Amino acid sequence: MPDERIRKVTMPKWGLSMTTGKIMEWLVAEGDEVTDGIDLAEIDTDKIAGALESMSDGVLRRIVAPAGSDVPVGATIALVAPAEVPDSEIDEAAAVAREQLESGVVEEVAGPTVGSVEVDGRSISYATLGDGDEVVVLVHGYGGDKNSWLFVQEPLARERTVHAIDLPGHGTSSKDVGDGSLDTLARTVTGFLDALGISATHLVGHSLGGAVVATVAAAHPDRVRSLTLVAPAGFGPEVDADYLRGFASATSRRELKPHVGKLFADEGQVTRQLVDDLLKYKRLDGVSAALDALLATLLNEDRQAIDAAALLNEVRAPTVLVWGRADRVLPAPAAEALGDRASLIHLHVVDGAGHMVHMEAPSAVVAAVESAIKEV
Amino acid sequence: MARTISYREAINEALAQEMERDQRVIVMGEDNAGGEGSPGEMDAWGGVLGVTKGLYDRFPGRVLDTPISESAFIGAAIGAATRGMRPVAELMFIDFMGVCFDQIFNQAAKFRYMFGGKAVTPVVIRTMYGAGLRAAAQHSQALYPLFTHIPGLKVVVPSSPYEAKGLLIQAIRDDDPVIFCEHKLMYDVTGEVPEESYTIPFGEANIAREGGDVTVVAIGRMVSMAMAAADELAGSGVQCEVIDPRTTSPLDTDTILESVESTGRLVVVDEATPRCNLATDISALVAQEAFGSLRAPIQMVTAPHAPVPFSDALEDLYIPDAQRVANAVKATVDWER
Repeated sequence: MPDERIRKVTMPKWGLSMTTGKIMEWLVAEGDEVTDGIDLAEIDTDKIAGALESMSDGVLRRIVAPAGSDVPVGATIALVAPAEVPDSEIDEAAAVAREQLESGVVEEVAGPTVGSVEVDGRSISYATLGDGDEVVVLVHGYGGDKNSWLFVQEPLARERTVHAIDLPGHGTSSKDVGDGSLDTLARTVTGFLDALGISATHLVGHSLGGAVVATVAAAHPDRVRSLTLVAPAGFGPEVDADYLRGFASATSRRELKPHVGKLFADEGQVTRQLVDDLLKYKRLDGVSAALDALLATLLNEDRQAIDAAALLNEVRAPTVLVWGRADRVLPAPAAEALGDRASLIHLHVVDGAGHMVHMEAPSAVVAAVESAIKEV
Repeated sequence: MARTISYREAINEALAQEMERDQRVIVMGEDNAGGEGSPGEMDAWGGVLGVTKGLYDRFPGRVLDTPISESAFIGAAIGAATRGMRPVAELMFIDFMGVCFDQIFNQAAKFRYMFGGKAVTPVVIRTMYGAGLRAAAQHSQALYPLFTHIPGLKVVVPSSPYEAKGLLIQAIRDDDPVIFCEHKLMYDVTGEVPEESYTIPFGEANIAREGGDVTVVAIGRMVSMAMAAADELAGSGVQCEVIDPRTTSPLDTDTILESVESTGRLVVVDEATPRCNLATDISALVAQEAFGSLRAPIQMVTAPHAPVPFSDALEDLYIPDAQRVANAVKATVDWER
């Protein structure tokens, strides 16, 4: 019987298509004290690189999979245990883990389950992880999809049910966006809640999705328990309009790649796969029309057309904003841009992150959501 | 939602989705519908290798079984296209094109130009090319360079199920005549393909693999040979950039030149015979436009200047394979002045 104090660190499943991950670097050494939430290793997926965080406190006793190894999702890559667990037990557990790695036979990890519901005559696709009582709904930004939450959905789902949806015009939802207005997109979110029988939820939105969930929270205060806005649209007039227009019109890798680069503080994050996946999405029938329609919602000439700060004045739910300091698409706002409730709203500005805070600094986004939920 | 389907299924799905979307799309060809009056009529053959199977029942009156007369039915398809239909004609083997060259080269390819842009000919001719099926010299050629040579035609050579579906939908929506060349050994190759309709623009190469040492441009089925060679070479520290032009006309010259400008070395892999093929064409392009970037002579990997042999052993030697691609890459890397 293995000692229950020995905790396995396993290769995470970040997103629906991930089957293996490569350990680029261990950020802690054997014998180091680790605590819940600290970065253990840099993991590279075919889409993007991310940091694997510790899920427990203790000492990193063994590294099972060294840096450079390709490991199937779910395989044990390290062991964490209190210092008092004897080495012999650790060795035994490490031997079992190594054997499993070498055999390549790893239990299938349950990734998110994908479903779809009909809202306003459109098919809305979503991915669900976790089965807690509290419900969190994640809403992506312009040109994104449910997979953009890959680093955030798993940690949030440890104690909750977390749905990531595809807005109309995005991912595998219907591509028709109607008039493309914030109200239409917000109705999709409330329609999704209705379809799943969710009476109240915590809402998290990125960029355009941030303005969408703020609209929902203003219109339906009874249904929104907390609000986390990640680099949301609608706080001040500044926006990189060239990025938005360039993203919408790009049809080739050559055109698209520089635009995608602007989303990140570290452009090295933009992998070939990420650009290819975006191109594949943009080639689908109806996507070009959808992105054009939404452009009219986002932009008034070269300035932002949305005023989400005004919406926040109507919001009663605890609200947390999180922004990347290196955001080149929607720069972090001054406090006064937060509207009348500025003093009640927490604004976290994260170093080393661009517009895609939830990809570059996922733990900051997870912490922001947790803090919003705690305030309820 | 993407799922894994075959090259054959990807082409069938593209046809079905476009027939569903646009009433003007019709399919015609030999054995597409099992033969008039034959017991197979209800459960159509779907062409000689079953690519159009199921469409006959699903789209009554829009899948036409034609006589074995290529000049007649290709001419009929081109004529229908000029009158507002969007026919997709299946010309079983590319080797039979000679029978209907006039219809293709001198009629379809010329209408837009000779009528001052007032006429369009939105016809797609789907056809099988390539060696490896033990079908001998008259059913195994890789003749896409012949069509690439003719201004007024667009020429597509899809290298995977994803490419096949998106390029065929683009071909059907295109207003010019398109020669769509399917490799007969690829029909059972599988890959991820979205369920929804999508288009891949013509003249836009796919960088199938990034690498900084050698640019490998490969056409159609040869992309998989180049990828296999690149995998093997990566083990010895040589990084290949594999470029799949997807369409030989129009050709994405920018992507090829930019890649050679960064790697300084070029290998072109073409299943066609070596005179006046895509390998010579792309080599000439690079020699003319990027000469200053080249650090070694260009290598061409092609079939020999000979008919495709009927002997299994000789046919296997005839077709360029991953080993020959790898040897050519090594030759450019090891070259010393």
